[in-house]
Amino acid sequence: MLELISRLGQRGLDGAQSIGSSGLFLLRVLARRPDLPRLWPAIRAQLYFIGVLSCLIIVVSGLFIGMVVGLQGYNTLEKFGAGSQLGQLLALSIARELGPVISALLFAGRAGSALTAEIGLMKATEQLASMDMMGIDPLGRIIYPRFLAGLIALPVLSLIFTVVAIYGGYFIGVQWLGVDSGSFWSNMQAAVNFRLDVASGIIKSVVFAFVAIWIAMFQGFTCIPTAQGISQATTRTVVYSSLAVLGFDFLLTAMMIGGW
Amino acid sequence: MPSNLVEITDLRFSHDKRVIFNGVNIAVQRGKITAIMGPSGSGKTTLLRLIGALLTPDSGEILVNGSNIHQLSRSALYQARRKMGLLFQSGALFTHLSVFDNVAFPLREHTRLNEAMLRDIVLMKLEAVGLRGAASLMPSELSGGMARRVALARTIVLDPELMMYDEPFTGQDPISMGVLVRLIKRLNELLQTTTIIVSHDVNETCSIADYVYLIAAGRVIGEGEPQALQQSTDPLIRQFIYGEADGVVPFHYPARPYAEELLDA
Repeated sequence: MLELISRLGQRGLDGAQSIGSSGLFLLRVLARRPDLPRLWPAIRAQLYFIGVLSCLIIVVSGLFIGMVVGLQGYNTLEKFGAGSQLGQLLALSIARELGPVISALLFAGRAGSALTAEIGLMKATEQLASMDMMGIDPLGRIIYPRFLAGLIALPVLSLIFTVVAIYGGYFIGVQWLGVDSGSFWSNMQAAVNFRLDVASGIIKSVVFAFVAIWIAMFQGFTCIPTAQGISQATTRTVVYSSLAVLGFDFLLTAMMIGGW
Repeated sequence: MPSNLVEITDLRFSHDKRVIFNGVNIAVQRGKITAIMGPSGSGKTTLLRLIGALLTPDSGEILVNGSNIHQLSRSALYQARRKMGLLFQSGALFTHLSVFDNVAFPLREHTRLNEAMLRDIVLMKLEAVGLRGAASLMPSELSGGMARRVALARTIVLDPELMMYDEPFTGQDPISMGVLVRLIKRLNELLQTTTIIVSHDVNETCSIADYVYLIAAGRVIGEGEPQALQQSTDPLIRQFIYGEADGVVPFHYPARPYAEELLDA
């Protein structure tokens, strides 16, 4: 029994230490004056890798999710004779929730895991240590460009997801199920408030980007530099990022609905 | 200016409860080639990482150019490291950059040289290690020995005051090995670079070293000029220098008796 309690305590201490060191890691990344012109090629390369190469999965997922929401929404609304409200349902559910959350989950799965594996491999092959020995801080040269690129890429990906998903719902609702195109768009226009709905979605995706990229970078940077260690770190990135995104989504939604 | 560029005093370091160094004292003379030799697992690579402040000792001090390297602020440490070069055992080339860009990387980060001048310097360094023709290759297209020579070119590109080589001769063919031995000696003579070589290759290392330290079991077991060590009668030193299997240092990791373990079905 005592051993169980001590093991539990040890896990608690390890968890607290890990949170503390990830906080210090974040501080060390952010508390620097970056030489942006010098870093720009690296940031541009990461924007391409994190952002442009994620477009396909974002567009395809957005299209299918929009189509499914359109189909399910129309069937439910039609029971109450409110099929013409489909545009409103689609825009609000996707712009406020599905767009930012699903983009962030896909981002964590595709880009986050790849970044953890990349940084972990750089650590295992002593590339980070050799950079350190050259008098170049890997936090500034390797981590910072990826951090910035992630912060820029995810909100844009989230917007792309939202637009494509709405068009997916439009295709199902208007082109296939016969909802009037005029009422689809005009109901959407009447119901959607830019500040409350679109801006809140963008704020959410910025927060999710921050959390997901922080977790990915920290896991890669602190992983055990072996094949097994990198694989475990990659798994942790996906699990922790997904849970963090869902947790922060609840918090942010509660704050936004509560008018904070 | 102190005559010793690196001074290690009463160094103690443990890793995972295993004592690696237990009171090591080493002095590396400015402008000389100092070799650190010892059996596998004796902590030679760890020693280089401690000198470069990639690791922190439990106690003792390491002075580099008169400053305790582990008490420097982060920015001062990075300044100090610009004057050091460490050739990693694995080469540690950046896999996303070509050979040329790998060698150019420290120059691009630390200098404002124009591309034409930078190109000339990089090609000169690659010529020195015999790989000018491989400038456009990616690290994945190089053999292990070639990758280490590219890493050497990258390490010397800023002409450091202190060069540390971690097993520079491992995996080199006889021709490359001869060139590397001469190159290390020439760099040391021409640039007055202080050199620390960690190596198992007794003959090659002793042929260019000015002073040799032998470390084993967490301490310095012998030191002196190569000729003096080769003539030493100390059984510990003789066993290592002449590669004798039976001696003070056991070849086998501690284990139960062989026959007993085989019969223990």
